[in-house]
Amino acid sequence: MSNSELTVEKLANEEYKYGFVTDIETDKLPKGLNEDVIKLISEKKNEPGWMTDWRLKAYRHWLTMKEPHWSNVKYGPIDYQDIIYYAAPKKKPKLSSLNEADPQLVKAFEKLGIPLEEQKRLAGVAVDAVFDSVSVATTFKEKLNDLGIIFCSMSEALQKYPELVRKYLGTVVPYTDNFFASLNSAVFSDGSFAFVPKGVRCPMELSTYFRINASETGQFERTLIVAEEGAYVSYLEGCTAPIRDTNQLHAAVVELVALDNAEIKYSTVQNWYPGDKDGKGGIYNFVTKRGACRGVSSKISWTQVETGSAITWKYPSCILQGDNSVGEFYSVAMTNNMQQADTGTKMIHIGKNTRSTIISKGISAGRSNNSYRGQVRITSKAENARNYSQCDSLLIGDKCGAHTFPYLETNNPTAQVEHEATTSKIGADQIFYLNQRGISTEDAVRLIVNGYCKEVFRQLPMEFAVEATRLLSMSLEGSVG
Amino acid sequence: MLEIKDLHASVEEKEILKGIDLKVNAGEVHAIMGPNGSGKSTLANVLAGRPEYRVTGGEALYEGKDLLAMAPETRAREGVFLAFQYPVELPGVNNTTFLRTALNEGRKYRGQPELSAGAFLALLKKKMQLVEMADTLLSRAVNEGFSGGEKKRNEILQMAVLEPRLAILDETDSGLDIDALRIVANSVNKLRSKENAIILVTHYQRLLNYIVPDFVHVLYNGKIVKSGGKELALELEEKGYDSVRQEEIAAK
Repeated sequence: MSNSELTVEKLANEEYKYGFVTDIETDKLPKGLNEDVIKLISEKKNEPGWMTDWRLKAYRHWLTMKEPHWSNVKYGPIDYQDIIYYAAPKKKPKLSSLNEADPQLVKAFEKLGIPLEEQKRLAGVAVDAVFDSVSVATTFKEKLNDLGIIFCSMSEALQKYPELVRKYLGTVVPYTDNFFASLNSAVFSDGSFAFVPKGVRCPMELSTYFRINASETGQFERTLIVAEEGAYVSYLEGCTAPIRDTNQLHAAVVELVALDNAEIKYSTVQNWYPGDKDGKGGIYNFVTKRGACRGVSSKISWTQVETGSAITWKYPSCILQGDNSVGEFYSVAMTNNMQQADTGTKMIHIGKNTRSTIISKGISAGRSNNSYRGQVRITSKAENARNYSQCDSLLIGDKCGAHTFPYLETNNPTAQVEHEATTSKIGADQIFYLNQRGISTEDAVRLIVNGYCKEVFRQLPMEFAVEATRLLSMSLEGSVG
Repeated sequence: MLEIKDLHASVEEKEILKGIDLKVNAGEVHAIMGPNGSGKSTLANVLAGRPEYRVTGGEALYEGKDLLAMAPETRAREGVFLAFQYPVELPGVNNTTFLRTALNEGRKYRGQPELSAGAFLALLKKKMQLVEMADTLLSRAVNEGFSGGEKKRNEILQMAVLEPRLAILDETDSGLDIDALRIVANSVNKLRSKENAIILVTHYQRLLNYIVPDFVHVLYNGKIVKSGGKELALELEEKGYDSVRQEEIAAK
């Protein structure tokens, strides 16, 4: 066995660092889904009638749909009646500071290194932490309030700003959109709501950390971000989850709306439990993320670093309606062991002079399977639309797979669409070269992978880029071969 | 500094080195010459610890320590440097980041403080002048899109930065035009000192006009068949490897 293979063996046996369960009494509904469950969720959350109706419509529509199986991932059947659709920490006080929160909860946050405490404020991050399904603490709200920025949980938004939510909810991802989005529309428990009014530049990164905690609880977040004319906002999403034996379903929906000259930057670092090295117990991540560049010269930029989940099914997309609008997608998707990822983006060009850029970096290690699936559609009205796509795959070892499925559809002759794809491997000669300069095999792989991902990391806010690099290093552990 | 005794090594079960004996002291420059397939590059790679090469017998002591028992990165940190015959491209890995990581790994190993980005850049600037290399190569990825000559010069830059005790130059002259060869040779000469030693693996006498060795060894069929001073290289150039081999056979 070579030196590098030994390193693999050693690292492969290391445990998932974030595997712990917080012991908090949880108020949860019994397993199963029917109209009564949906009404109960809506009632528990004291929602307006239109919201309950919308949920029910979504549920009825969902009943007519079939689970999609077109993606390049394999998993056993999901029993939707064997899932708990609502769980909230039992102690649910209104908190003005973290001192009032359940100490167990705070400890859990600390374990995760979540910047919730006072000192972390100095880092300039306002955190709306969703613990299981209900928001527990929100910071920085006042400062944001002064600027007229709303940043709160979806539940709170439905209480305080119902008309604003109603105006935009489901306008980008309708409840009929797809199987998982319909399910989410029916049962979503919470999520984040951000609204940046006309002409306001949000002075800090808005950040939410998600964490699935209660056993066998599917988590269905709903996030809505609206940037009015000339507004700017950067939103960060990061996640970890504890070890579980049964697969946990996660079906989130994220909607972004950018009006004239507005810009939304949405960054994700996703590190959910990927399952053990045989793939047992990981999270199923079936997410619908979509942004609408509704106004002229608006811009939406998705940046994601995906290292977790047993299965990832996710295509953050941009609908470029406004003339001169810009859509961007920067992605690093890393799979190890038995992980499966089918991820990519859709860029729908409708307005004139719309531009989109896709930079996708897939990294496959272990026996994992990593697919890029991307659609670029230039509609007949999209004069002078431009797209540039670059899809690279990096293979570590010889038991993993990488696939690229680009779909290009051009209905306007003035369009310019470019697609580049490469596949490369970390070679033994590269490792030896770095070894010979005094760099260990682990560090050599990190150096090569970080170099490979640089174009995407550059898009992340500074502190997030550091975290992304660290997470990637952690995910790489056990992958050197 | 380096003492090789009866070293045997194989690649894919084929024995390439069949009993090498070589002693290198600090301050010396040794040239190892020989025809294609004689085992020159194998010797260089075995000393550096390339995993595909299996040592089947003998030993190599470096500063009294068992070199062959060390991991490749440990050998590097101990001060053994191999200038590769075919430098590897590392797409996306910034040349400066790479050099600084390599230098700091060695410093950490020796218990020295790591160099800050600023201090490193100052050092690097000096070394760049030494090897007459353009700044533009620093902001690029390691060897990516470099010409053959640029790659070889990048190897010498790494040598200049890492300041190895024992540098093994594996056919650093191959693929260089005469100007590049002169620059590379000048750089190496500037790096010569009483404290360090250099092993030059080369095919041609040409390089030795610029880097004058203290000793020349002829490697043939996995063995050193003849050793001598710098004049041996000229003799080889004149008579060819075959005649040297014939003489050797005759002598036996």
